[in-house]
Amino acid sequence: MDEHGDAAGTAVRTGPGDSGRTPVKYYQVGSFAVGNRLVALEQRTVQADPERSNALTSGHRACQGCGEALGARYVLDAAMRATGGKVVAVNATGCLEVFTTPYPETSWQLPWLHSLFGNAAAVATGVAAALAATGRDDVRVVAQAGDGGTVDIGLACLSGMFERDDDVLFVCYDNQAYMNTGVQRSAATPPGARTATTEAVGPDPGAPFGQGKDLPRVAMAHDIPYVATATVADLFDLEAKVETAMAVHGARYLHVLVPCPLGWQTASADTVRVARLATESGLFPVFAAVDGQVTSASRIRHRVPVEAYLRQQGRYRHLFPSEDRPGRPDVVARIQAQADANIARYGLLADGDGDGDEDGTRPPGSGVAGSGVAP
Amino acid sequence: MLRQLEGSRAIAEAVARCRPQVVCAYPITPQTHIVEALGAMVKAGELAPCRFVNVESEFAAMSVAIGASATGARAYTATASQGLLYMAEAVFNAAGLGLPVVMTLANRAIGAPINIWNDHSDAMAVRDAGWVQLFAESNQAAVDLHLQAFRLAESLSLPVMVCVDGFVLTHAFERVDLPTAEQVDAFVPPFVPRQVLDPDHPVSIGAMVGPEAFEEVRYLGHVKQLRALEEIEVVAAAFVDHFGRQGGGLVQPYRTEDADVVIVAMGSVLGTLEDAVDAARDRGRRVGVVGLTTFRPFPADALAGAVSGARSVVVVEKAFSTGLGGVLATDVTLALGGRTGVATVVAGLGGRPITQASLTGVLERACDGTLEALTFLDLDRAVVDRELARMDASARSGPSAENILRDRGERARGPR
Amino acid sequence: MTGRPEAATEAATEAATAVAEQVTPDGAAPGEPFAVTLEVGSSLANHTGSWRVERPVYVHRLPPCNDACPAGEDAQGWLYRAEEGDYEGAWRHLVEENPFPAVMGRVCYRPCETACNRGELDEAVGINAVERFLGDEALRRGWRLPDPAEPSGRHVLVIGGGPAGLSAAYHLRRAGHQVTLREAQGALGGMMRYGIPLYRLPRDVLDDEVQRLVELGIEVELHHRVNDLAAELDERSFDATFLAVGAQLAKRAYVPAGDSARVLDALSLLSGAEQGTPPVLGRRVAVYGGGDTAIDAARTARRLGVTEPVVVYRRTRDRMPAHDVEVGEAVEEGIRLRWLSTVAGFEGGELVLEEMVLDEDGLPQPTGRTERLEADALVLALGEEADLSLLASLPDVEVRDDTVVVGSGAQTTHPGIFAGGDAVAGDRTVTTAVGHGKHAAGQIGAWLAGRDLVLPARHELATFDHLNTWYYADAPKQERPRLEAARRTSGFSEVVFGLAEDNALFEARRCLSCGNCFECDNCFGVCPDNAVAKLGPGNGYAFDLDYCKGCGICAAECPCGAIAMEPERR
Repeated sequence: MDEHGDAAGTAVRTGPGDSGRTPVKYYQVGSFAVGNRLVALEQRTVQADPERSNALTSGHRACQGCGEALGARYVLDAAMRATGGKVVAVNATGCLEVFTTPYPETSWQLPWLHSLFGNAAAVATGVAAALAATGRDDVRVVAQAGDGGTVDIGLACLSGMFERDDDVLFVCYDNQAYMNTGVQRSAATPPGARTATTEAVGPDPGAPFGQGKDLPRVAMAHDIPYVATATVADLFDLEAKVETAMAVHGARYLHVLVPCPLGWQTASADTVRVARLATESGLFPVFAAVDGQVTSASRIRHRVPVEAYLRQQGRYRHLFPSEDRPGRPDVVARIQAQADANIARYGLLADGDGDGDEDGTRPPGSGVAGSGVAP
Repeated sequence: MLRQLEGSRAIAEAVARCRPQVVCAYPITPQTHIVEALGAMVKAGELAPCRFVNVESEFAAMSVAIGASATGARAYTATASQGLLYMAEAVFNAAGLGLPVVMTLANRAIGAPINIWNDHSDAMAVRDAGWVQLFAESNQAAVDLHLQAFRLAESLSLPVMVCVDGFVLTHAFERVDLPTAEQVDAFVPPFVPRQVLDPDHPVSIGAMVGPEAFEEVRYLGHVKQLRALEEIEVVAAAFVDHFGRQGGGLVQPYRTEDADVVIVAMGSVLGTLEDAVDAARDRGRRVGVVGLTTFRPFPADALAGAVSGARSVVVVEKAFSTGLGGVLATDVTLALGGRTGVATVVAGLGGRPITQASLTGVLERACDGTLEALTFLDLDRAVVDRELARMDASARSGPSAENILRDRGERARGPR
Repeated sequence: MTGRPEAATEAATEAATAVAEQVTPDGAAPGEPFAVTLEVGSSLANHTGSWRVERPVYVHRLPPCNDACPAGEDAQGWLYRAEEGDYEGAWRHLVEENPFPAVMGRVCYRPCETACNRGELDEAVGINAVERFLGDEALRRGWRLPDPAEPSGRHVLVIGGGPAGLSAAYHLRRAGHQVTLREAQGALGGMMRYGIPLYRLPRDVLDDEVQRLVELGIEVELHHRVNDLAAELDERSFDATFLAVGAQLAKRAYVPAGDSARVLDALSLLSGAEQGTPPVLGRRVAVYGGGDTAIDAARTARRLGVTEPVVVYRRTRDRMPAHDVEVGEAVEEGIRLRWLSTVAGFEGGELVLEEMVLDEDGLPQPTGRTERLEADALVLALGEEADLSLLASLPDVEVRDDTVVVGSGAQTTHPGIFAGGDAVAGDRTVTTAVGHGKHAAGQIGAWLAGRDLVLPARHELATFDHLNTWYYADAPKQERPRLEAARRTSGFSEVVFGLAEDNALFEARRCLSCGNCFECDNCFGVCPDNAVAKLGPGNGYAFDLDYCKGCGICAAECPCGAIAMEPERR
């Protein structure tokens, strides 16, 4: 098997700052899976590596199926690999902090500091400044917060970190509400979604339209070297973006969609699936921007209407008809319009059909580099 | 080396000699000259490898200091008044995490009404945060306390706040004896953090602690502060050894031997008080002053010893707890075993001058036993009474501060 | 791949112990602030597995290809090996069930591909093409079939050297039994030789695979037609007998025909062509029938110089029993198809065709309208039946509808006599016959040992809804190249070529591995609790139930449906 191990295809790596996506071209089944026994080790994800750092290890108290626990390990393990294990993490208050470090146990396996809810970016700036001042240039800083700690209470510090171009990768694990305190609305809560402070009652049930912050674009407006979005449903993309981010110095921002079974009222098994539907519907665009300009966007592979995404989630239940309510097709249509706008803005649909090329799956003999087969 | 310097410049020079590694600040009057000077020194490369971070708020300033300190860097910032309140959450946090940040507080009143002048309301507002709080009587003391602050903070793994009266000290030009870099290096050893973010020895700092251990954590913080009382004296003694002068410690008694009346106070008012005491002594009054250099931890025993012979104790303080009275006076009363006869004089709020004439009046009344339990020094009763009358007459009399300003303006112009 | 959950648990416990030894009884890191600062990884002491109400388990579900294979091949299993480029391993896995991959890769009608889940995604995996590649590779490299087991001392007679008989002989021999194979013809292969034209199955391929099988030590007696089974069994004692005499008697239909009319049956056309004695056909030939044999006969006739072959069938193309692949190739070769027609007469070089209509039940009904079609010969391809005269002397062997009656154990009503292939009821394909042979061999072995054959329970079927197909890259099917139609009819050259190695590898890798782990690492990666241990190449994974909270993401995100969630037992 070994001599055939690299027969599966060729990874085409792009340079830092090129695009978030590292297209790994295989003609192998399971190309989008975490790993594959047929693929060379370096072409698998970090998560496929039994020696991955497990920066966030077992025994944490996240809910079953927590997208944030998954996303945090994905990001930090990738950052650990990219830096040879030289990462310091700074954490805002929130679920991620609470479920990982209740005294006397911590689930972290890297140096980690939690200070406050709203100051993760500034604390990370201090860490970066201290590392620079003490000559430890090989150690890198990752700050992480939920959407509240990013777009709301943490925004001032984050914006300051951005504009100073401090050497920090700030990661927002966006689950679209204040989950730790019981699912209250944040400025990242999407329109129509039920939260404890935007109940599904009255003429405009759920979170209002016309509000909220699009933090990736806010970040881009700072002209920082790298801004990207990702989800827990596309690990290759997420890891490539972390790798790209860690290859750059200065302020970097990664916005990761992490479904929350509690707040979204989804089945715990559906965390990855719901994230996938968010991108395949166009509601959550996955893209990368260098120096304030969008440089790449992940194409939708199998487009679905937003309804396919919304119907998975109890927080949108009021939008659909049932015995005791007529449903709100008008609201669903407005959400669909948002998805359509994202698709247009970021060019999320492939030009023409292009399925095979997108996947890098071409038959041998069709003249595509990398389709060679071991003798 | 004696130099004629602005207080802020002297503080900046002192901090610079302590070789800070990360300095961050957000401008607020009257702290600005300190961080401007440090910023210039960093930019010129004089403090290399120190990093100077222009943050977007005081909250960020303390947060940057927290991050830097937890990463093993000597971190410094400065603020005042509203800035301290804006960073209050992080102030508590730095202490809770046991991070030896040093901060200068250029004491200033807190609004509303907004006011840029000196009093101690800001420092008092964070007295329970867990920081060591030192008060400078003079610019020389400010320099000396900053040198000790870094050593204290790092040996205790606690943050230290050096309180310096805004404008009165920060903007005053005085002769200051600035030690050489070599002298400071000998006195302030390199920072050896008790905990540090290090990939080679990872730890999790800032855990959530529930009811099962929170009280113990708080109690340990208290014990740390009590131990700091000893360490402050040890460092003060070392300071004398290194620099040949007094310049720290817990309390500074002045002519308290045989005193019937002892005034207790903090900060720059002590100079005026000492002059007033000298004058009173000249008149045959047996009075003295005890200056508190250390406010937190509260030097209860040292204070009790210093005032043990006094018939009455008068606390002159630049802050008060609305609806109660003196803040410092409350602590003093507690320290003296709840003894009666502790009078409070609230003075100098919002920068109002504390004149020797007024203090002399306080001393005389104290000696005569006619000093009221709570005195607001130089309060314009007429203004207050007119506003109270307006308030009583109408439920919608408007904001008191504006009414009083208008009232005073009209009186200054005379009746029309 | 049952995994070793205890290994993962042990590792976690060791890690937790190691952490516990480093920290103080209060959980504080030594020398660091109490409670606020903690030693890393200490949460391993918190066994979140207690939250679980469902637990994941690795399962093997039955891939539809395997389920559909009449020969019982583990197609997913050997594709798994082929995906790795381990062609010999794949071939060895394959011949566990079927000793004729090169033949199968040419003649099987591929029920596996019809069932393949990938067909719902884009196109079915070309399982048959890969099978042929493996078969040809084995012949090219001279891979040998596995050696027989130690001699059992039992002797089995196999009657008939077609696919059923050969398959039975193979499996019996491998089990260590002595096997005598009696074949009426002068060569082994049965319908593979006398019913399938050369252009579909070159004889060197057949000969090589048969020879390789015989070399296992099967005693072959050619030209030995068994006319009286009772007599033969009296003559020489066998411990058991497998009857696989096939079905070679052409069914006839009454066609009013003049004396000069040339009417013959498809089997004699095909076997004549095989034996170098093709019948004289003329220029225009009609083949009457709608099965694969009809198509084979028409295509053979085309190669024998017939310029205008036409297939006449009573119903419509979609109701034709012949397989689409064959019909398609026939059309390419210029064979005309005439639907809804019966042959009402054949006289004076003209066929009388009566037009039919389908009634509500889809049955053809005569309309009375006729037309005429010029023809030099009429080939009847109306099916075959078995010649069971050898059983006349054994009246206790029950025969019904011209087939031998067997129970589920392949045994006839006469103890010790088993039967399979076209002589029993069922699909009359080579693959089915191979399956019968294997099945009967197993039953005979059990019967000889005096026990019942207990087959393992079939796994739950890995239907399409068990898959998470997002993870599979789109990959177009690799079609086998074919001889240009213009060059086909000039001779009996093989029409369909094999895949080149890289195409075969690509095609193997299109397999979705339905219901069976292919080590994609998804479960290992997507667990929010690190509760999956990776056991190394070939060893799969194990759930660490100390930490597994039972969220079910692993099962939901398993591409191939190899994880099931089961209620927790407490």
